[in-house]
Amino acid sequence: MFAYAVKRLLAIIPVMGVVALFVFSLLYIAPGDPAAVIAGDIATEDDIARIRAKLGLDQPYMVRFGGWLWALAHGDLGVSIFTNLPVAQLIGQRLEPTLALTLCTLFVTVALAVPIGVIAAWRVGTWIDRVVMGFSVLGFSVPVFVLAYLLMMLFSVRLEWLPVQGYVSITEGFWPFLRHMILPSVALGTVYMALIARITRASMLEVLSQDYIRTAQAKGLASDQVLYGHALKNAAVPIVTVIGIGIALLISGVVVTETVFAIPGIGRLTVDAILRRDYPIIQAVTLLFSGAYVLVNLAVDLSYTLLDPRIRY
Amino acid sequence: MSAVPAALAAAPRSVSPTWLRFKDALRRHPTAILGGVVLLAMIALALAAPWLGTVDPQAVSPVKRLKPPFGEYWFGTDMLGRDVYSRVVYGARVSLAVGLAVAFFSTLAGLAIGLVTGFIRWVDAVVMRVMDGLMSIPPVLLAIALMSLTKASLENVIFAITLAEVPRVVRLVRSLVLSLREQPFVEAATAAGTGIARTLVRHILPNTVAPLLVQGTYICASAMITESILSFLGAGTPPNIPSWGNIMAEARSLFQIAGYLILFPGICLSVTVLAVNLLGDGLRDALDPRLARRM
Amino acid sequence: MGIAMRSSLRLLALGAFSATVAVSALAPREAAAQKTIKFIPEADLRSLDPIWTTAYITRNHGYMVYDTLFATDAKFQIQPQMVDKHEVSADKLTYTFTLRDGLKFHDAQPVRSADCIASIQRWAKRDVLGQKLGDLTESWTAVNDKTFRLKLKQPFAYVLEALGKPSSNVPFIMPERLAKTDAFTQVSDPTGSGPFKMVKEQWVPGSKVVYVKNTDYVPRKEAPSWAAGGKVVKVDRVEWLYIPDSATAAAAINSGEVDWWQQMPPDLIPVLSKNKDVKIENTDPLGSTGMIRFNHLQPPFNNPKLRQALLHVVNQQDYAIAIAGDPKNGKACASFFTCGTPLANQAGSAVLSGKRDLEKAKALIKESGYKGEKIVVLDATDQPIVHPQALLTTDLLKKLGLNVELQAGDWGTLITRRSSKEPVEKGGWSIFHTWWVGPDLATPALNAPLRGSADKAWFGWPNDPELEKLRDAWFAAPDLAAQKKAAEQIQLRAWVTVPYIPTAMFIIPTAYRSNLAGILVSPMNLMWNVEKK
Repeated sequence: MFAYAVKRLLAIIPVMGVVALFVFSLLYIAPGDPAAVIAGDIATEDDIARIRAKLGLDQPYMVRFGGWLWALAHGDLGVSIFTNLPVAQLIGQRLEPTLALTLCTLFVTVALAVPIGVIAAWRVGTWIDRVVMGFSVLGFSVPVFVLAYLLMMLFSVRLEWLPVQGYVSITEGFWPFLRHMILPSVALGTVYMALIARITRASMLEVLSQDYIRTAQAKGLASDQVLYGHALKNAAVPIVTVIGIGIALLISGVVVTETVFAIPGIGRLTVDAILRRDYPIIQAVTLLFSGAYVLVNLAVDLSYTLLDPRIRY
Repeated sequence: MSAVPAALAAAPRSVSPTWLRFKDALRRHPTAILGGVVLLAMIALALAAPWLGTVDPQAVSPVKRLKPPFGEYWFGTDMLGRDVYSRVVYGARVSLAVGLAVAFFSTLAGLAIGLVTGFIRWVDAVVMRVMDGLMSIPPVLLAIALMSLTKASLENVIFAITLAEVPRVVRLVRSLVLSLREQPFVEAATAAGTGIARTLVRHILPNTVAPLLVQGTYICASAMITESILSFLGAGTPPNIPSWGNIMAEARSLFQIAGYLILFPGICLSVTVLAVNLLGDGLRDALDPRLARRM
Repeated sequence: MGIAMRSSLRLLALGAFSATVAVSALAPREAAAQKTIKFIPEADLRSLDPIWTTAYITRNHGYMVYDTLFATDAKFQIQPQMVDKHEVSADKLTYTFTLRDGLKFHDAQPVRSADCIASIQRWAKRDVLGQKLGDLTESWTAVNDKTFRLKLKQPFAYVLEALGKPSSNVPFIMPERLAKTDAFTQVSDPTGSGPFKMVKEQWVPGSKVVYVKNTDYVPRKEAPSWAAGGKVVKVDRVEWLYIPDSATAAAAINSGEVDWWQQMPPDLIPVLSKNKDVKIENTDPLGSTGMIRFNHLQPPFNNPKLRQALLHVVNQQDYAIAIAGDPKNGKACASFFTCGTPLANQAGSAVLSGKRDLEKAKALIKESGYKGEKIVVLDATDQPIVHPQALLTTDLLKKLGLNVELQAGDWGTLITRRSSKEPVEKGGWSIFHTWWVGPDLATPALNAPLRGSADKAWFGWPNDPELEKLRDAWFAAPDLAAQKKAAEQIQLRAWVTVPYIPTAMFIIPTAYRSNLAGILVSPMNLMWNVEKK
């Protein structure tokens, strides 16, 4: 298995290579000139040209691509065109809120969705099942920002239980951190929850129809033990797969959630950078996301060995 | 003598067992039928837009801005005085077009690529790395970046979202092809000398229809939501052409004083997406319960 | 129900219960330490160099950490700020400036003549008025550390106006070591001599900027008036929190999480006006002016008759409402100079402010020989001031029966595309919209879009030598009365050649909590004099 893990880690390099090439080429072709944005409304074309030259934006494709790769190999992510700050520093500042938001969301989602899916499978066909599935489909069908606004209106503005916006680091206190994280996590996690509840239910249904479950029940095991001890463990593989794939979904939602709740995270950093054509940031963040996605999926694949002893690499 | 043909004539025509099973399963899933009906109703609404009492959805009239609904204007007017009812009805066209077009093109492209990569080893290695790469870029960011490529337009939105969805279809088709490839009937066909193309088309393709159909409905639903998120972030269809997503996005800061601007398109979007999802669920359950695992 | 069900439900219930207890038991917290102002700025601060970029947010940042030699007051008079006294020689060719006592940079170095000279020279390379000054400058010399001299090649009436320019680019004074940076390269060290210090370590671009009071700053004794007068800081700390979503910002100021919202969309006034603790005011006397800008190089708007046609149908009231929402915050101003400034006038304005005449417009279109050429209107959907203007204009053009296509993109795309001089078939443009703040359109010296310098002109490239001659005549005008006459002449010419059409003047209101006092009325956002109770 160790060999497998190493092989997979090495395979990340070509994937990231594809991503890097794709992103860089996209930005190269894209219209939109950061030099013009920088120069401002009153600038003349001469001004813009000079700024562009200073930023090295008038160089040919291979020179710029090669330069970027060379810098990357030395761990240099470049400097933001607009703020003149190192990209690594900008990302570092914004990583914590996004990470916190993502982890909170994951935790809330899995903790709620898996039991709900289990219950729905156990009581398939009853009103409980229908209600649960109904809500889960509803969860897919409402755009994240609508949900976010609704939650904000209800809990922050009307009831005043929770803050409207912002992020407080956990180092400044657990309760303030939590209070600021609740609404964003719920808004973001709803779609994810719907997905996981469904797949849990489907997977559990499949497992529950197996003979060995009937045997366990016939042996007199309590339903608890049957459900969680036997069924869920066997149903786990697809569930964990979906959790892994859903990370990409989560990141898309993170962008919206960070905008609505004014959380200074990576999602917003990226959208702002794209709209301004701050190339170094866009390139670096895309690589970061891809890397994270690939690593998460590797972790998911490796976790299969824990969940299903039949799976060996 | 004539009793036999008469009896034959009187007997019911033989129906394929799959179709019977399908009809029976659908009957047990009334929600799927409901979903299908709602979807068709929305499509009909979109097509019949000019005859449903609408005015030009792009006509601005600042003096009439932000008039409340249920008065002179059925759904009220927006911040530029445009009639919300007309925009919502015409918006159905764009939102549905995005959903259906993305579902169609991504399924088609994914099918084509998936069939080839499932069968030809070396193509598989290269293409799957590319697909992995594409899939690892968050769809919304990919779409925003692509939108920034040229002007905002309906075609570009469809292209961007399709590009983001194709890798998932490819993965699905590929896994189907890989498993089907080992089946005896495929091996038999290869042994009999059937070329790759014929094998693909005659044997493998028909078995992919069911899961692709289901996946297609989910893609349609997700594409409609993605379009609204893109509009929210300012990278969706250009706002003068209404879509449910961009009507909501333009009105987002006004939801406390003119909530109806978000309510009407929001309900339409949610109901339609819900309908498509229910339809997909029903199709999946009806076509093959084993598909539940692959979804 | 089954045991399994019970245990699942138990888990869920426990989780939900503890969450509710935790949440409701926590009362909303009071705002942080008394003397911190939490402020929502108009945009995200990206660049720290107000010479390198003309972005207004960077200019506002400049007013926090830098100081200027002179400044414009509310009566449009130029007042000394860092300068203690100044003398002008009899032949008007030599200006001698002496700095005040006690001026220090944030790194404790004293402000010397060399710093001032280097800063002005760097500014003069980028700024339009500075370039004019630079062309006429013979030399700058430092007599000693506190006195320096400017020698001109010929008399220039606007030396002090230039050095006291209120809006982009403002001639802020930086340390010499930073001012020696090339004018096209960013300075990222915010060391200045202004009333605030920026805490750069706490800067989170896109989210938060932190300033603290500069305790070494020596304010002037006079009362503050725009950027002139004494800059007395009455709080300890200011945080700029960039909240991009206006619904969120409104909720934040309603709940007290922020104290001051620089620019709130007028449509949200009803949301805040119900709150007793929030005040809404117009603190910007000159507002901003929107405009329709033509491409004078390409058909069809290279034909003045077609541009004039539009003058007869543009309804400034419509644009005002579309941009400002509330009639209180937007109004018509049919002058090429900002209404409310000395040079604004009504000469020839009837063509824009009189009764709208669709027939006359159509007649002019016929006269122009319009053959159905495609008109491309650029739109930036992420700009709440550009976007409605683009939609209105497109609608108007359609009503006139012209062949128009609205091309939507974002601001970044628009400002890239507008630099294209190509025909529309090759990605060019015919019309784009933008807006300028009041001070930037107030005089022919500053009003860049009103120039007719063809290739050297601002985007749109009007070619009008006659207009340039009238502008030079204004520069030569000896007194205010003559300046006003010259301005009228310029405006009359502009109605004929239509370099752009001003659409509406609008003021974006400010909202602040009632425990703040002393917010200055000024066209630039200034944060001294404000106290928090």
